[in-house]
Amino acid sequence: MHIDPLEKKWAYISLGMAGMFVGIIMIDSFVHGIDAPSNVETIDSARLHLTKEFAEDNLGVQIDENGKITVRIVAARYGFFPKHVTVPAETPITFRWASADVLHGVHMPMTNMSTMIVPGYVSEVTTTFPKPAKYPLLCNEYCGMGHDHMWSNITVEAKETWQAPSITKTGEDTGNE
Amino acid sequence: MNDTAVKKLALSNFWVAFIAFILACFMGEYQVLERSGLFPPLESAQVYFASVSTHGVLMAYVLTTFFIMGFGYYTAATSLKRPIWNIKLAWIGFAVTLFGVVLAAIPLLTGRASVLYTFYPPLHAHYIFYIGAALLVVGSWVWCFIMIVMMNQWKKDNSGKPVPLAMFATVANALLWLWTSAGVAMEVVFQLIPFTLGWIDTIDPGLARTLFAWTLHPIVYFWLIPAYTAFYVFVPKQAGGYLFSDEMARAAFIVLVVFSLPIGFHHLYMDPEQAAGWKLLHGFGTFVVTLPTFITGFTVIASMEIAARLRGGKGLLSWIGSLPWTNPMVLAIILSLLMLIFGGFGGIVNASYAMNAMIHNTAWVPGHFHLIFAGTTVIMYFAIAYYLWPIMTGKALFSKKMALVQLWTWFIGMSILTTPWHILGLLGQPRRISSVEYNSILTLSWEPYEFAMIVGGLVLLGSACVFIYILVMTQFKATKSFSGEVEYASTYHPVKDLPEFLNSFSLWNKVIAGLMALSFAIPILQFFFMDTHGSSPWGY
Repeated sequence: MHIDPLEKKWAYISLGMAGMFVGIIMIDSFVHGIDAPSNVETIDSARLHLTKEFAEDNLGVQIDENGKITVRIVAARYGFFPKHVTVPAETPITFRWASADVLHGVHMPMTNMSTMIVPGYVSEVTTTFPKPAKYPLLCNEYCGMGHDHMWSNITVEAKETWQAPSITKTGEDTGNE
Repeated sequence: MNDTAVKKLALSNFWVAFIAFILACFMGEYQVLERSGLFPPLESAQVYFASVSTHGVLMAYVLTTFFIMGFGYYTAATSLKRPIWNIKLAWIGFAVTLFGVVLAAIPLLTGRASVLYTFYPPLHAHYIFYIGAALLVVGSWVWCFIMIVMMNQWKKDNSGKPVPLAMFATVANALLWLWTSAGVAMEVVFQLIPFTLGWIDTIDPGLARTLFAWTLHPIVYFWLIPAYTAFYVFVPKQAGGYLFSDEMARAAFIVLVVFSLPIGFHHLYMDPEQAAGWKLLHGFGTFVVTLPTFITGFTVIASMEIAARLRGGKGLLSWIGSLPWTNPMVLAIILSLLMLIFGGFGGIVNASYAMNAMIHNTAWVPGHFHLIFAGTTVIMYFAIAYYLWPIMTGKALFSKKMALVQLWTWFIGMSILTTPWHILGLLGQPRRISSVEYNSILTLSWEPYEFAMIVGGLVLLGSACVFIYILVMTQFKATKSFSGEVEYASTYHPVKDLPEFLNSFSLWNKVIAGLMALSFAIPILQFFFMDTHGSSPWGY
């Protein structure tokens, strides 16, 4: 068996490049804590309105006594509910998404607020928006003939002017099971 | 050897592939026109999504599967210099696959299967669509089986000798396809068909997506392997030189098969039903599978350099000018490699776990896979057709000049189409919309790029028509006859003492089984241990 020395060198260089990319991903994940939405949490999509967490009154922006902000939004053909939310800039925001019907996806362009919304599962993404702006919120997975019309807006306000809703108690059972 | 029989078999497969291809090209151009919103009378979500679903099925399943089968049969017969084992069975496989396509086409074309080629339960299409898809896969397994039998019989008669590289690569692809298609086959047989026939009330989309991800990555290597095979076994000869390394080619095919399988979760990075650890594991494997492509780039470019220097090429890079640019195969590989470089760069962005969030499901993604599949891969399908048509039909190629123009226009059209497509993705445009309804100033920035895509699509459609025209004219109208055989490239260094692990797949099947168990067993089994809630069927 014959392997040219030059080709052997190239193979090592290629291996090094692949290793470098893997290294960058690992630094992102383990050091900077940037992970893909992967919470593996089930929910009954057919009875979302009966779950405590995604009942109508519970949707939208909530803040707990530690200042942790959670936004709960239901994706259902063909819209996001509640229709509009306002969150502060420069603050970590945890989004929790659930579908009431079929597969959806959601992306806020120019940000990493992106996740699939799979019926039967809750998707959770935590991100921080650096600047105040009005961001579109687009359904990015084919969900039926009205898919083009499935979109909404999120307003990101300056941290100082953002008005927090009243505090919600933590330690509460999410009531999903 | 009954040469006419295999030629007829191969040509029949190729024709089904290319008829599907040209129909899908017209749909592609309709889609960019419809989507742009510049032609209001065209706008219809119903027609658009039926068209997207059909375009995807025709290009990804019909063009590829039939091309690969035709190419495999002809490669097997010519590289092993023996007739197709059980050619009757091969025709039965062809008939079953074709029947599957026809079955699937009925609901697709009547708008009763607008669920895209990725199925997307709990949306449900007419059950005939899934049965057709299943038959398409089952028919192609016949081809896999024949390829494996032929290699084993040849090895028995030629013990100790290296299997010809072209056949080794073809069998690698057959094995890859058997492993690959198992995932989607399980989804279709155990989930989608019972679900759409009403035998089960609910479906777990999490499990369905996991099984589809099993198939979704290696399937692109199934499509790509014939292009790589042509890189190694045809190009060096066509360029006037030798294959730089036969052994490294085999190693590249093996790594491609082994590592393209356990990495499908990079399609699920943004999914909630799999945990981060599994996604990372599959992400690492995704970078391992870049290695055979880097090796292929090296070996193939080295082979071309040998050819160029034999032709009097000099200098560090100016030898490139001495390549026979007017040979369709050589031109195709140059353009193919150019598209591979840019497409590969985009692919690394997709594969990068956290960065993927910025472009997931945006227009960037179809931009990427059109560049890699319709660009890098399909341009080699063209070159293979131009090379084999005169040999198989006994008629000289209708016009070499026209073939060269066709290859150039395909490359130019693909550049005009996919560059704005990538940019649209960075500007946040979702990939699967039929019209832009968002009341946001962001959408104003999209318009010029959508216009450019229409132009790119038109160039590609014209190029595709020229391709079909050349094949038809060659086979049915040409008067000049042609006599020639397939010429496989010889190696620069003769292959000596080939270790058995580079001449057989028995070890590698075990490695694959181990890796698949490691990467998929728990992620699949978790759905049976978790408290999951199935989804009932939804129309669209």
